[in-house]
Amino acid sequence: MKTTTAGAGIVRPLSTRWSSLARRPAFGSLLVTIAIFGFFALNAGDSGFLTSSGTAGWLNTAAELGIVAVPIALLMISGEFDLSIGSVVGASGILVAISTSQFGVPFEISIVMALILGLVTGLANGVLVIRTGMPSFIVTLATSFILLGIALGMSRLIASTSTVSLRVEGPTRELLAGKMGDFNASILWWVAISVLAIWVLARTPFGSWIYATGGNLDAARRAGVPTSRVKLILFCTTGVAASLLGVITAAQVNSGNAVSGQGFVFQAPIVAVIGGILLTGGYGSVIGVCFGAAIYGIVSIGLFYTGWNTDWAPTFIGALLVLAVLGNNMIRRFALSEKRAVPTMPKVGGRA
Amino acid sequence: MTTLIPTFALLGASRSFSGVMALDHVDIEIYPGEVHCLLGDNGAGKSTLIKLLSGVHSLTGGSMHFDGEPVTLKSPRDAQALGIATVHQDTSAIPMMSVARNFFLGVEPTRGWGPFIRYDTALAGRVALEQLRTMGITRVQNPDQLVGTLSGGERQALAIARASYFGAKVLILDEPTSALGVKEATVVLRQIQRARSDGIAVVFITHNATHAIAVGDRFTVLIQGHVAAQFLKGEKNRNEILDLMAGGEESLDIFDRDDR
Repeated sequence: MKTTTAGAGIVRPLSTRWSSLARRPAFGSLLVTIAIFGFFALNAGDSGFLTSSGTAGWLNTAAELGIVAVPIALLMISGEFDLSIGSVVGASGILVAISTSQFGVPFEISIVMALILGLVTGLANGVLVIRTGMPSFIVTLATSFILLGIALGMSRLIASTSTVSLRVEGPTRELLAGKMGDFNASILWWVAISVLAIWVLARTPFGSWIYATGGNLDAARRAGVPTSRVKLILFCTTGVAASLLGVITAAQVNSGNAVSGQGFVFQAPIVAVIGGILLTGGYGSVIGVCFGAAIYGIVSIGLFYTGWNTDWAPTFIGALLVLAVLGNNMIRRFALSEKRAVPTMPKVGGRA
Repeated sequence: MTTLIPTFALLGASRSFSGVMALDHVDIEIYPGEVHCLLGDNGAGKSTLIKLLSGVHSLTGGSMHFDGEPVTLKSPRDAQALGIATVHQDTSAIPMMSVARNFFLGVEPTRGWGPFIRYDTALAGRVALEQLRTMGITRVQNPDQLVGTLSGGERQALAIARASYFGAKVLILDEPTSALGVKEATVVLRQIQRARSDGIAVVFITHNATHAIAVGDRFTVLIQGHVAAQFLKGEKNRNEILDLMAGGEESLDIFDRDDR
């Protein structure tokens, strides 16, 4: 039998390495990404989907979504949900626009203000969920509406409109909304946030706590995991990520709009679920969510290049969501059936 | 034997819930290197007693002593700090998490320094597998395997291994065998014996008299919140124990009364 060493002095057959890949939560979304990319490469390859601007198109879309979807995914793994991100995106954009253009606040200071807005919203969500025991679905729906109303009301009160233009220059703007060819800086932010999230989830004790909090709250608490703090931190992270996205999009389009972020409210959890995150918590991976965001970008931009009506994109995504959930359920069942039938391998180097 | 100081003891312990006595003047002594079996029918007060011992509930009467010193447990954390580990029937494991992460949950080993402090996956995986092997579980070869793939007995083994590895002085096992098949139950009973030989004071809650007799050194039978009987190994046979658990009535002719 062909064998390969896999750490800890344990010998595992090569075939189990393949099947352990197939058991990863990201496996389904990897296959779908390849399939969808292949589909659009075939059907829209000639019309520019494979060009650098086509690639930039879907990567830019995926990046903006990924910046919020990755923190949302961590929050979902811990067993909670956040519907307020859309309002935070819009409110942050309008806050930056109004404070810089109406009050002459320096851009950098307005960014800090926006991030604090996200942090405070996350804190409010977290404290309400933890203290009242209300489902986060309801709590964040409420904060979402409250914040949306405030953002609209304030912007109309101060600027008499809900869309305020923003004119900033300089390195900070380049860092947030600069371009290399057709590629937006948001792609780098997406990558940075994903790498950080992968590190936290796979390589820190906090990562274990996130999984445990969503996997079995009572057991986690009994094991000494500070589950409330875990949730609070993740709510705050989601809020800050949403305000970062609000600042980035405002800087990109040179205007803030109080209602501009509402699309992310469902897109983010959709790509998280497509990426293998379990809606009830406790399971999933960051890389899967990145594939999910890529799928969303490829479908939205790919459809445009095929010349078909892009009105059909949501239908496409909806169908993918159903298929992804079914596929991911199968993968999870497969992962939970691991090695039931495999006979015990000979022990090699017991106390390696 | 009685010259030894009990690791953990309750003296005249009572607990009432809004006027209803769940436990009434219970005396229990738990010694190191002994298995103390707690027997009783449903509603006899076993769960209340476990919750007192593991710090979930506090006493409404009587006192609690650890290593001879009076103690008050305000929370499960207090109990854990003293080295009291509780393994619950089926809720201690997190099925979607790996064996290694479950083993080290809440006490993750780290390496590196400053911002590079990270979870030591290699160490965690190695120790978790080693400890499972000392428990006689050799089927688990991959520390990244999800706990959901383990059988009920293996999950109990993981929990017991975890408790003994982290230096538990008292190990409370709440019905560890009741959901298991015969073979699996045997594995868990063997682990109870191993924990005892490591000098741990074991509290074994069960309503299976056969399992209790197989590993017990000291027995307490609870009936409706009272201690109905306390005896040592060999002082009573299975039928007498079954009669006691049923409230002292000779109502057990329905059971197969073999004299083992």
